[in-house]
Amino acid sequence: MRIVVCVKQVAVLGDEVEFADDALDVDPDYLDFALNEWDSYATEEALRTRESLDADDDEIVVVSVGDPRAENAIRRCLAMGADRAIRVDRSGSADPITLARLLAPVVQREAPDLVFCGVQSSDAVQAATGTALAELLGLPRVAVVTRIEWDPGGARATVHRELEGGLVDVTEVNLPALLTIQTGINQPRYATLRAIKQAEQKEIEVVSPAEGGEPAFRVCRMFVPPREEGAQMLDGGPADIARRIREIIEERLK
Amino acid sequence: MSAATMNGTLVVAEHLQGKLRDVTRELVTAARGLGGPVAIAVIAPDPSQFDVNLEGVDEIVGVPVAQQEFENDVYQQALEALIAERHPDAVLLGFTVNSMGYGPAVAAKLGLGFASDVHGLAREGDAIVATRSFYGGKVDAELEFPAGRAVLLLVRPTAFPPAENGGSAATTQFAVDVQPSRARHLEFQEAPVGDVDITTADFLLSIGRGIGEQEAIPQFEQLAEKLGAILSVSRPLVDAGWMPNARQVGQSGKTVKPKVYLALGISGAVQHLAGMKTSETIIAVNTDPEAAIFKVAHFGAVADLFDVAEELEKLS
Repeated sequence: MRIVVCVKQVAVLGDEVEFADDALDVDPDYLDFALNEWDSYATEEALRTRESLDADDDEIVVVSVGDPRAENAIRRCLAMGADRAIRVDRSGSADPITLARLLAPVVQREAPDLVFCGVQSSDAVQAATGTALAELLGLPRVAVVTRIEWDPGGARATVHRELEGGLVDVTEVNLPALLTIQTGINQPRYATLRAIKQAEQKEIEVVSPAEGGEPAFRVCRMFVPPREEGAQMLDGGPADIARRIREIIEERLK
Repeated sequence: MSAATMNGTLVVAEHLQGKLRDVTRELVTAARGLGGPVAIAVIAPDPSQFDVNLEGVDEIVGVPVAQQEFENDVYQQALEALIAERHPDAVLLGFTVNSMGYGPAVAAKLGLGFASDVHGLAREGDAIVATRSFYGGKVDAELEFPAGRAVLLLVRPTAFPPAENGGSAATTQFAVDVQPSRARHLEFQEAPVGDVDITTADFLLSIGRGIGEQEAIPQFEQLAEKLGAILSVSRPLVDAGWMPNARQVGQSGKTVKPKVYLALGISGAVQHLAGMKTSETIIAVNTDPEAAIFKVAHFGAVADLFDVAEELEKLS
């Protein structure tokens, strides 16, 4: 069985924000980068699927769209235990439909039995790339999966979809299929120092991006939203703050 | 009004276990804001089961299908057929788990303009401008979409006020030949019931990722007891297996509305805010002055939560 895991290196904004001169995005100097949290769960789920199905020819392939810097995130997945990685060489942020179009030919070429994506990325929160990718690949899909049970042999899965309020929708799907993986489905393993070192040596295949087509949206302005009225900030040291909190609680619980 | 806008906005009603979901009413409000006619599609074996004759709806389109509950291929085929027949210039779905399963597929297949978690919507001339957040809710962006194409948007729940009953919509039926879904709904399982009901508490002490490690939890259980609060948590603590799901506040957990919600070390992901933002008084302590929780808080403090917790403990 071949499992493709699509991962993204996400941008994390710190305490301060400045925008690029064109005001269309945050100045990259104010961003840190990390493997998307949802994608570490997706990678872990691929590893566990391989372990539970225990077939001889299993392979886990990580695919990501990004510039060379994104290889840090890719190597984290290799260090966790993925076998191989492919980076679609493209810089800058992209809308989820465009991302799906860039991922599709690369994933298609791998002819996977199973594709895992994170439900969403922490920087964009579109929750759309996986579902769009499934469509382009012609695969059945299930979004927001918190549990997977395999039929013997792994031809069919019974999965839990987590709906609002914690209600679970039990759904079945035949392979090949694409599942978007929710946080909490497992506990992602920490890579050992040795595995991290080994992952640094692994070659990451770099491919040129396909034609992404017309973007699904364009940013015309990015800005810090005004804070809603009423958020009164409590000053002073921890003791002062605690005292004020205590007063507010007492007053409001009356 | 141009030819494009004449086709108006199509809303897809969301229902679950026989009940219309609140987001449907909100989508109608969002659609009305765009101007032009508003049609609402109800995809169900008996579409008339759901009362969607809401203020501002011009047309109710019943789309009979065999499946009572949501299946992503069924909704995808029904929506694609509706778009092909009616050419709406905007399609609004809720930013919900169900819509995540088919909305982006329709947009990818038909080459539509697309964005999700949209919380602001306007029409400027012929163009639709959507507002959504990026980078953990710290910044907003206005988006524009490709000219001459329909746009499909997933709209954030609770971002728009609900439309009231009492509309005067015409009802039509739309027959569609739908193939069975490849992903098949089997059953629902209710969320497990916990030892406490956080939805009825007057005072919630809520902790999040900021507490850092599992070993810190007993300290906050103790603090909650001293303060007379019930302890609740944000999603990462449940994901980590540190606390049971029944204590979780947010979209995938419980929606709470206590008199006092004291949030320690919770940054305020959209899904968390959706579950607590109507609390009567929200007090938030976080080290990040730009944390999104401060946008909904009534009182905020930029401080180390452990320092504040220690001082609160002393006062109790």
